[in-house]
Amino acid sequence: MQEQTLRALVARVKDGTMSRRAFTRQMVALGLTAPMAWLMLHHAGVAAAESKFEYKPTKAGGGGPLKMLFWQAPTLLNPHFAVGTKDQEASRIFYEPLAGWDPDGNLVAFLAAELPSIENGGLAKDGMSVTWKLKQGVKWHDGQPFTADDVVFNWEYAGDPATASYDVATYKDIKVEKLDDHAVKVSFKKPTPFWPDPFVGVRGMLIPKHLFADYSGAKSRDAPANLKPVGTGPFKFVDFKPGDLVTGERNAAYHVKNRPYFDTIEMKGGGDAVSAARAVLQSGEYDYAWNLQVEDEILKKLEDGGKGQVVIVDGGSIEQIQLNFTDPWTEIDGERASIKSKHPTLSDKAVRDALNLLVDRGSVQKYIYGRTGVATANFLNNPPRFCSKTTKWEFNVDKANQILDAAGWKRGSDGVREKDGKKLKYVFQTSINEPRQKTQAIVKQACQKAGIDVELKSVTSSVFFSSDVGNSDTYPHFYCDLQMYTTTMTEPDPALFMNQFASWEVATKDNKWQGRDITRWRNEEYDKAYRAAEGELDPVKRAALFIKMNDLVIGDVAVIPVVYRPNVRGVERKLKLPLSGWDNDMFLVSDWYRET
Amino acid sequence: MGRYLLRRLLIAVPSLLGISIVLFTVLALAPGDPFGELASNPAVPPEVRLALRAHFGMDDPVLERYFRWLAAMLHGDWGFSFVSRVDVDTLIWQRLPATLFVIGSSQILALLIALPVGVYAATRPYSLFDQVANTLAFIGFSLPTFFTGLLFILLFSIDLGWLPFVYRSDLSATGFSWWWEEFRQAIMPVAVLGMFQGASWTRYVRSAVLDVIRLDYVATARAKGLREGRVVLKHVVRNALIPVVTLVALQMPTIFGGAIITEQIFRVPGIGSLLISSILANDTPVIMAVTFVFACLVVLFNLIADLLYGWLDPRIAYR
Repeated sequence: MQEQTLRALVARVKDGTMSRRAFTRQMVALGLTAPMAWLMLHHAGVAAAESKFEYKPTKAGGGGPLKMLFWQAPTLLNPHFAVGTKDQEASRIFYEPLAGWDPDGNLVAFLAAELPSIENGGLAKDGMSVTWKLKQGVKWHDGQPFTADDVVFNWEYAGDPATASYDVATYKDIKVEKLDDHAVKVSFKKPTPFWPDPFVGVRGMLIPKHLFADYSGAKSRDAPANLKPVGTGPFKFVDFKPGDLVTGERNAAYHVKNRPYFDTIEMKGGGDAVSAARAVLQSGEYDYAWNLQVEDEILKKLEDGGKGQVVIVDGGSIEQIQLNFTDPWTEIDGERASIKSKHPTLSDKAVRDALNLLVDRGSVQKYIYGRTGVATANFLNNPPRFCSKTTKWEFNVDKANQILDAAGWKRGSDGVREKDGKKLKYVFQTSINEPRQKTQAIVKQACQKAGIDVELKSVTSSVFFSSDVGNSDTYPHFYCDLQMYTTTMTEPDPALFMNQFASWEVATKDNKWQGRDITRWRNEEYDKAYRAAEGELDPVKRAALFIKMNDLVIGDVAVIPVVYRPNVRGVERKLKLPLSGWDNDMFLVSDWYRET
Repeated sequence: MGRYLLRRLLIAVPSLLGISIVLFTVLALAPGDPFGELASNPAVPPEVRLALRAHFGMDDPVLERYFRWLAAMLHGDWGFSFVSRVDVDTLIWQRLPATLFVIGSSQILALLIALPVGVYAATRPYSLFDQVANTLAFIGFSLPTFFTGLLFILLFSIDLGWLPFVYRSDLSATGFSWWWEEFRQAIMPVAVLGMFQGASWTRYVRSAVLDVIRLDYVATARAKGLREGRVVLKHVVRNALIPVVTLVALQMPTIFGGAIITEQIFRVPGIGSLLISSILANDTPVIMAVTFVFACLVVLFNLIADLLYGWLDPRIAYR
């Protein structure tokens, strides 16, 4: 899709001939994130959409307890240390950012008085700074006022490498100044197109200066408030037992009217996903269960119990098969799959095209994942209801055979195709996980019919996903031909996600396999587009660049997307809650309520 | 006695040292990275992870790390959890009450089943009671706890809806209703563990009593005209208990291990579930501390068993 077409679409939304949702849907189908679509409309000055979630209670409190089950228990409550989603969710009950992302990818203000835009002077035209106006009259749970000093402090705290915060990358290269008690200016080092990153969403939660000021840098681990959060959020902290339980009570002084509805909140951790599903769907002991990675068949059976239902949230992850573009079987300078080599057979585009046709995504969805994994052709976000008509996948053994025949790959006496003495024999690895082994088997069968011999290998998850430099079975080493795993992409900005095909990100021995380009796929045009997108301030032009990058990756079959895996939650039937795929589940926990 | 105790404690030191070396080496060689989650998150640059590794001294040689750990341990510093960023002893102290409560009650339950049933069955061997008790005991210890646990959940929580299957460490109720709630949530994990232990101990008690009950001095006691109850309790059971005590004491640490699964199933926030989640998160300091606590328990219970012998059988002297 060209820049012109995009502009025309934006114009149509502006004059009202196209709905906001329809626009977002189309952008997501093209592989962009919903927050990017929001950014395009925001820059074009299209009025903000009303959030479609309707909050019905007319007063705060009276809702009784809200009981949630997390089979991975929260282990810490400082948002700047919260690497795991579970910890981010637990922190989000007590802490809030300036703004967050709603389910449609719209930015909504929490501690900000208004969203910065070019019209209100919040956004600098050169993309070098953003000015945030803070909401007045907000108080921390201990009664201290929330001011610009707190925001500035969060930047100093998280941006200091000695603090060892996980979000240091967001804060280390910016500068934050206090303009007055309720306004801060965020300055960037270079023009930054995606400005809603610092103080926004998951990495934007703000901690109080008066409790953490003495514990910045290397002393950060000693702060008592690490375990006893004092935030601005809808619930006040009551108790925390790491790895077990988080409890909170209603914040009567919450800065949004009539919220929250529930009087107490409880986040119980531990156990396994199946019994968590059971406690919500079948016995109704709990109201909400997080991340139900359970076979759909079991979920359906439990749902019949009638106490709760499965809620599927768009935004999530792609289960993908990666193809190795380097030779994993020859050692060069002490490493296999070196970028100095070329894969003997997978470097042939015909072979890659054939493999793409041999992955039976339909069966994988139907027999393995059900509702929890939807067949997809796109590498970037592709929620089922936004399914694009331009990209499609196909399962066709005959066509694969034709392509291979035409490219000169002849069947040998053992039925395996070969050309110039090179056989189409591959080792296909993944982590040990039942659905993955079943998927491997489906791929192997189809490949056999097309004369491609696939040897299956499965590696324990703790090894496969580790970053152990000394172990060659990890996924960044990629010492085999094909491998399959899920990449998560909950980042609102696709730039962070798409850097995994930039040529300077190639995983090699020199960078201890820290690089993010695991397939070792390199493309000059892609690099150019990526570099251009980094400094492109016009969101429409930038979007066009990302669409181009997506097409390059898919068109050249660097990866074969298999299924899109949305987030699966168990929810008690009467509980109403907005869940966003672009932010934490708890981003709007203040608005959860129970229908009576 | 005092000297014996001292000697035993001194012997325990090198064995605990040896255990700690083995544990530390195994953990150091095991794959996995506590900061692996950082590696797969695109928003986190690799430097952050490298800085964290350096911060916690994970890139130093194993030997250096071991001695640092040992020195800290001798100062009473159990280490610092990578994942929770709190001291390990805080974590362990938080978890200990639940484990002690659940395991303690289940052991009492097991003894309450095993002693009377075993003794009674042995005094009437091959009677109907003995046959039934035997059969039930066999069923009891053939069924693993994770199976009976799930069975109990399906029956009592799902089908009948009587009992909760999520154990909570903070019950909001007070007074009598607190006790009632605590009882309701503990009954399933305690019963699962207690019945499993009780079943195997019943068999053991029965055979121990059978061995003793045929001896001459028992016949003498009966011939003296002592009442049967007195014969059994004073003369038979006391002697039969010696091997039983060994078994119970030596099995204590394994029971902590067996409770790991039960704790996981019922979400009891005990030491066992702490160990499992730390293993899954590669949180080495916590794994090290918890396994070391288990090792200490083994050594301790061995000692307790030896001391109990002397009390049960005055012929055993400590030198």
